[in-house]
Amino acid sequence: MNRRELLKLSPLLLVGAFGIPKFRDPLLTTGVAFADWASAGWFRRNHLAPIFADSEVTPPDRFYVNTYDVDDPGVDLDKWTLTVGGDVMRPGEYTLAQIQSFPKLAQNTRHICVEGWDVIGRFGGTRISDFLQHVGANPKAKFLYVECADDYYESLDMASALHSQSLLCYEMYDQPLTREHGAPLRLRVPTKIGYKQAKYLTGLRVTDVVPKAGYWEDQGYPAYYGL
Amino acid sequence: MTEPNALAVPIAAVEAGENDLRLAYEHPWAVRFCHWLNTVSLFVMAASGLRIFRAFPSFGPKIPQHNLLNVPASLTMGGWLGGALQWHITFAWTYVATGIFYLAYQIFSGNYRQTLFVPKDVAGVWPMVRHYFFFGRKPAQTEVYNPLQKMAYTSAILLGFLSFLTGIVLYNPVQFSSLASLMGGFHWARVWHFGVLGAFLLFVMGHLVMVVLHGWRNFTSMLTGWKRNPEYLP
Repeated sequence: MNRRELLKLSPLLLVGAFGIPKFRDPLLTTGVAFADWASAGWFRRNHLAPIFADSEVTPPDRFYVNTYDVDDPGVDLDKWTLTVGGDVMRPGEYTLAQIQSFPKLAQNTRHICVEGWDVIGRFGGTRISDFLQHVGANPKAKFLYVECADDYYESLDMASALHSQSLLCYEMYDQPLTREHGAPLRLRVPTKIGYKQAKYLTGLRVTDVVPKAGYWEDQGYPAYYGL
Repeated sequence: MTEPNALAVPIAAVEAGENDLRLAYEHPWAVRFCHWLNTVSLFVMAASGLRIFRAFPSFGPKIPQHNLLNVPASLTMGGWLGGALQWHITFAWTYVATGIFYLAYQIFSGNYRQTLFVPKDVAGVWPMVRHYFFFGRKPAQTEVYNPLQKMAYTSAILLGFLSFLTGIVLYNPVQFSSLASLMGGFHWARVWHFGVLGAFLLFVMGHLVMVVLHGWRNFTSMLTGWKRNPEYLP
């Protein structure tokens, strides 16, 4: 009687697969991919990230600057253009002035680092959706892929990129982006985790297939990580 | 093999030579399965969670950063922040799935009556505390769990639910922004999530001490379901 009851628990031994290196990585990758899929499922296009009062904003000198490589990749701001390509009708080089010609959205939103800290900053820029519409991006494409002057790279799923608060950000605290914050152009997507907020943008591509998910994602961080 | 009784626990009488054994089937398969799977999940969640906490061991601002405590790496798992996140996110699934299955089983089988702490149990808590901590007389055991056990186990289930709610807010604070503000915002959700871990560690310590003090039979009954000659049987 006891032995039979004990045997009924034997499916629990399957958890032991996590102890075998050959199975561990695929299992963990699957677990994270499942969470990515689920959180993409409960992402609400029209649900806004909280907007904060000016009194709640973190002062600029207390806005932590996280870099993975260099504080300043030495972008020549006078000659800078954004190279737009992929599944768009009007590919080519876009100047900052062209990007700034759209209505500006400036909001106080929370930036959350995967490490656990957060800051509330004031970010201003052009809605990604406005810009993508202007360049004739295929709205059914799956991803927006960006490349950066410091060799950083990132991908955004199209639903998050088209969210009304997602910005091609050129201002912080109502001033042009400083070099340490990614001058002249960075991503600011308040529905995404910190490492998705790529700085020093140089290229932007609309695509169904991303060659790589992102700098940190390719080292094991979740690829979707919506907030 | 089983006979009806007032305890709602299946009882089996076994003829065993001169000493008749009376056995009670205390833990159905589903409960035992969930208990041990959850043991693994909770261990992984705690250890990988501490590794995540090491990346920013504070509840204050990033600048200036005041570290609260330095969790030794040996108590953590995942090796680095990304690895710990993989464990934490993956075992969140087994943790939540086990919780849903367990609650559904308890409700639909009626087995919750054995575990759920209800108003009539309140009066029995203090006598048990007096017995354990102040050498009081041991109250008669009339059910599978005494009132203090019911309180502890019901609390553990509530903690599981709270860890899920605070965890989902930390993972997706924008999608669950109403829940986040209910908790006092993202910062407080982080504090509560950590507080739930502390409460869980206290529960587990107490739980292990009691199992050690009260013997092997409680341990084996969580493996096989059956307990020999429990004191609540006549």
